[in-house]
Amino acid sequence: MKLKYFSAPYLVWMVVFILVPLLMIAYFALTNDNGQLTIKYLADVGQYANIFVRSIWLALIATAICLVIAYPVAFILSRMDKHRQGTMLMIVMLPMWMNFLLRTYAWMTLLGNNGIINHLFGLVGLGPFKLINTSGAVVLGMVYNYLPFMILPLYSVMEKIDNSLFEAASDLGCSSKQTLFRVIVPLSIPGITSGVTMVFVPAISTFIISRMLGGGSNLLIGDLIEMQFLGNAYNPHLGAAISLVLMVIILVIMTVMNQFDPDDQVLM
Amino acid sequence: MENIVSLKNIILEFEDSERILKNISLDIKDKEFVTFLGPSGCGKTTTLRIIAGFLEPTSGDVFFDGQRINGVPPHKRNVNTVFQRYALFPHLNVYENIAFGLRVKKVPEKEIVTRVGEMLELVNLMGYEKRTVNRLSGGQQQRVAIARALVNHPKVLLLDEPLGALDLKLRKEMQIELRRIQQELELTFVYVTHDQEEALTMSDSIVVMKDGIIQQIGSPTDIYNEPVNAFVADFIGESNIVNGCMPRDCVVEFTGRRFECVDRGFNPNETVDVVIRPEDVKVIPADKAQLTGIVESVVFKGVHYEMIVDGVDHKWVIHSTKAEPVGAMIGMTFDPFDIHIMKKTEEA
Repeated sequence: MKLKYFSAPYLVWMVVFILVPLLMIAYFALTNDNGQLTIKYLADVGQYANIFVRSIWLALIATAICLVIAYPVAFILSRMDKHRQGTMLMIVMLPMWMNFLLRTYAWMTLLGNNGIINHLFGLVGLGPFKLINTSGAVVLGMVYNYLPFMILPLYSVMEKIDNSLFEAASDLGCSSKQTLFRVIVPLSIPGITSGVTMVFVPAISTFIISRMLGGGSNLLIGDLIEMQFLGNAYNPHLGAAISLVLMVIILVIMTVMNQFDPDDQVLM
Repeated sequence: MENIVSLKNIILEFEDSERILKNISLDIKDKEFVTFLGPSGCGKTTTLRIIAGFLEPTSGDVFFDGQRINGVPPHKRNVNTVFQRYALFPHLNVYENIAFGLRVKKVPEKEIVTRVGEMLELVNLMGYEKRTVNRLSGGQQQRVAIARALVNHPKVLLLDEPLGALDLKLRKEMQIELRRIQQELELTFVYVTHDQEEALTMSDSIVVMKDGIIQQIGSPTDIYNEPVNAFVADFIGESNIVNGCMPRDCVVEFTGRRFECVDRGFNPNETVDVVIRPEDVKVIPADKAQLTGIVESVVFKGVHYEMIVDGVDHKWVIHSTKAEPVGAMIGMTFDPFDIHIMKKTEEA
């Protein structure tokens, strides 16, 4: 009984810093400068449909690439000796200890028209290629920055799968490919859903990566929102409305994702 | 009966380590219940894994139904395994676990329903189809594991200490049930255990192993009554093992006294192991006996009393239905045919 009072500070925190701001965003999105109720701004969000589509699209591509890269890495990690796993995990985490801005900035110099990569191409008589300020560069930045968030949840789920299950599958007639799709993938679905969530959500709302690597032509929702609050286009009502729509989109996508989680199916 | 599995001169070495299996050769007959018995680390599970295909021997040949199957991957061998910790698929329910092998082989849905149904009946799990395997008891999980393997109609079922995790009562029930299933389906079972009683209860034939070497192959009765060496005698049931020598045929000398026995063919004065089962030691009055000792302890074991008797240079274990008081001086004697003489094992 007494224990529940210890959660009081967190409850207060949640109300003050999560619930109230959420309500404020909803309020801003649905009112104008004179405090009158309006859906004008929500309706205006429609003008930016192309930016929404681009953000969702690029975030999906980045998430898919992360999944494809991270899945085998996580699996190999999970089958290593216990003490080597620790070392390898640290190597996976290592880039995250470096400042996010700095890491992304480094890509600018690598990808630039006179950057190291184009310079190397030049040595063999190729290029220069337009690498920076493309949507490809934005996806690259997302994959690079968020890959560990895909590897870690996958690894922690796979690590719990006992080797004897693979032997059992093989014993019951599965080739390695069949073992992958009948045993490993179904058992790692919780890791896939949480990894996808942890990559997709920050990727869809990023603005630093798109600003630094995407140039002016690859605006994402994050940039759009930032402009409404800090930029020239100052319009907090529109910014709040865009944020609200983004939240709903993420919510819908996550609900769809969770349909694949077997733990939910047990409850149904 | 034909041989269904044959191992010929199997040697297995792991990198940077000693030999795990040292020249294993054995034949397993069709429809036989064979048990690999031995202490942990003797190579029994390793031998089983070689038959299943999870391990390849460093040298030697594995034959299955007359065909050499070295290098054939597990999923292409007509054997199935019941794993030590069951290894059931946690993402599938009981029905789907059992149906797994059939689905992989793309068996028509109709046939799957019939065959899984038969298996559920065989292992007494009707009505459990939709259960999650993690919510089953150990015994039930065991049954699912057996059904999952048998549904594929393997010619040989490999069982790797399948009852190790169950409590004693359940283990005894499952022993009888496994034997029933094996006889009902007329299958070959290869069973791995370190429990000698389990081996004696279920097997047609027992392979006793130690340190990667087969010590003895024989029926439970043979192995118990005619162990080939002191290790087998000691491992199968309790035994009194004392050093002795054979001055001539049918006479054995141990603890400084001579006894009549029935063994012959040893070199004169060859040193031997003398093995006498606890139940074969007869208690007689001390003044009439060649061999005497003082009763150190008496433990009631249900059917009999187990007495430890301090003899001259050996503590004798005696099983008798009559208890003697602790501290009493008693005499011991043996019938000639109860004295088993064994050649000294090389390592000893």
